[in-house]
Amino acid sequence: MTTATAQIGTGERSAVRYGSIARGRKRTLYWSYFFLILFVIFFLMPPVYMFITSLKTSAEIGAVTNPWWVYHPTLQNYIDLLSQAQFLTFFKNSALVAVIVVSVTMVVSIMAAFSLARMKFWGSGTLATGVFLTYLIPESLLFIPLFKIFAFIHDLTGIELINHWWVLVFLYPTLTVPFCTWIMIGYFASIPKELDEAALIDGAGYIQILTRVFIPVALPGIIAATIFCFTVSWANFLYPLAFTTSADQLVLPVGIVTTLIKGDVYNWGQIMTGALLGAAPPLIIYAFLMDYYIAGLTAGATKG
Amino acid sequence: MADAVARDLRIPVVRRRVGARALVSRKSMIAFFFALPLILIVLCLVVYPAFYSMHLATLNKSMTKFVGFGNFEFLFKRNTFWMVVEQSVLFAVTAVIFKAVIGFVVAHFVHNIPLKGQRKWRGMLLIPWVIPPAMSTLAWLWLFDPSYSAFNWILNHLGLAGIPWLGNPYWARAGIILVNVWVGSPFFMIMYLAALKSVPEQLHEAAAIDGANWFQKIWYVNLPMMRNIIQITALFSLIVTFANFDIVKILTNGGPVDQTHVFATWAFTLGIWGNDIPLGASVSLFMFPILAVAAGLILRNIRNRGNEA
Repeated sequence: MTTATAQIGTGERSAVRYGSIARGRKRTLYWSYFFLILFVIFFLMPPVYMFITSLKTSAEIGAVTNPWWVYHPTLQNYIDLLSQAQFLTFFKNSALVAVIVVSVTMVVSIMAAFSLARMKFWGSGTLATGVFLTYLIPESLLFIPLFKIFAFIHDLTGIELINHWWVLVFLYPTLTVPFCTWIMIGYFASIPKELDEAALIDGAGYIQILTRVFIPVALPGIIAATIFCFTVSWANFLYPLAFTTSADQLVLPVGIVTTLIKGDVYNWGQIMTGALLGAAPPLIIYAFLMDYYIAGLTAGATKG
Repeated sequence: MADAVARDLRIPVVRRRVGARALVSRKSMIAFFFALPLILIVLCLVVYPAFYSMHLATLNKSMTKFVGFGNFEFLFKRNTFWMVVEQSVLFAVTAVIFKAVIGFVVAHFVHNIPLKGQRKWRGMLLIPWVIPPAMSTLAWLWLFDPSYSAFNWILNHLGLAGIPWLGNPYWARAGIILVNVWVGSPFFMIMYLAALKSVPEQLHEAAAIDGANWFQKIWYVNLPMMRNIIQITALFSLIVTFANFDIVKILTNGGPVDQTHVFATWAFTLGIWGNDIPLGASVSLFMFPILAVAAGLILRNIRNRGNEA
């Protein structure tokens, strides 16, 4: 813009250039839209195809027709799946695990982040770095030793930890707690010191400063961390696959993969319906709280 | 409240200093207790298992005897192990490069369009990242189905031969990378878009006055300004991609003939299904060096960023 206006005064040649810049801009815009449409088609194709397949009968899936179109749409797959007691058990297990993990994680990480960002104690700086490093340890490194440790606890105390849905409540915090603490440290550290000093002068204790000042002010960050926490505990696949086996203890992702795929018989209509229903809760949350979701994503790597 | 402050002010100087010191120690005690649940979780569920797996890797299959580096010697002699190393590295590096390039390009396209439309496009483009990977991989498995592949239907209608997506080792590797790129590039797009927004507009104007074309603006202005975020995102994604489990497990489960196993899936097959926990632990430990290097680099980048600000 500035270039264009700067050149207006210098005679006729610049007028031509002005036109070329505007035209260039318009062309850039059209090309951008063109490529964006291509990328959106690529990114949305699998979920759309899931939806298309979920509306088909087995007969139509097996027929040699256009797979990208539904000729006889039916909701039978949804009705079948949602009236199955087993599928509803998966849903219930998933929801319970997610809710418990989210509550525990948020309490633990908000308290820890407050302490690490503001109160400081001997070694708190090292601990903050350590939290970040543990966040980088993937679950695929931890599941084997944890499996062995749980088996060992069973031998010692007789408490059977493997093959119960609630054992996931102990496992998922390995993924959620470090990340949520890390982004909450970032959010808390950005709160001006004057705010808690003012509260301190007014005679507030640390718990009051946390609940009356920090939590309300950092609420967007807390929402972002909660969404992340929920998505992770809903979507995790490795832990439940390794730690739970009987059908009534499975959570949704593993339940769909292991029970709907029976040997070589694939009932694709039902698998796609199940997958879509399994993807629905995170998608719905995302649809309503997109800005918080994106804020949480970018905060993870940029705050610190 | 004001009364309380006024009363405190009347306390003699000496007593106040003691009070302050007591307050400091009390403060760090409270702080420690606030952080205690976190410390316990991290120690018991992350740090201890990580070290325990190093111990596990030195035991024999029934975990009764110490065998030192026996498991590693056994692994080094197996062809499958070297195939897994090769496949893991190839998969992670290729996928991260593709994700970074696609993310960078798409971020520029989103940045080019008017501001009020950006939110809508960004929202649609991030959907692959939101769907649980296990669920979206099922959709890809169905798209790659040997007899009903919807891709092959399109190819056949264009007069091309169908592709054996998951039957042939090379296509299966390409398919896994494709699914991973599909899941991961929206994350890169969001990060790079945030970085692009922080590039000052004056720099583009200055470049335009100097006669820079669009490529020069990207190469000499955007790229250097975004370098830090580009590095952090790529390193972070390298860790996650290297440790990937869901996609390979569902799409090929390591097949055909173990050609597509990565460390995580092979460790699962050996450790949980094969009941050889020490061997599984040894395999997963090979992820450790690359994770440590990437983590160190990320930490350095974040520190540098802190100094710049």
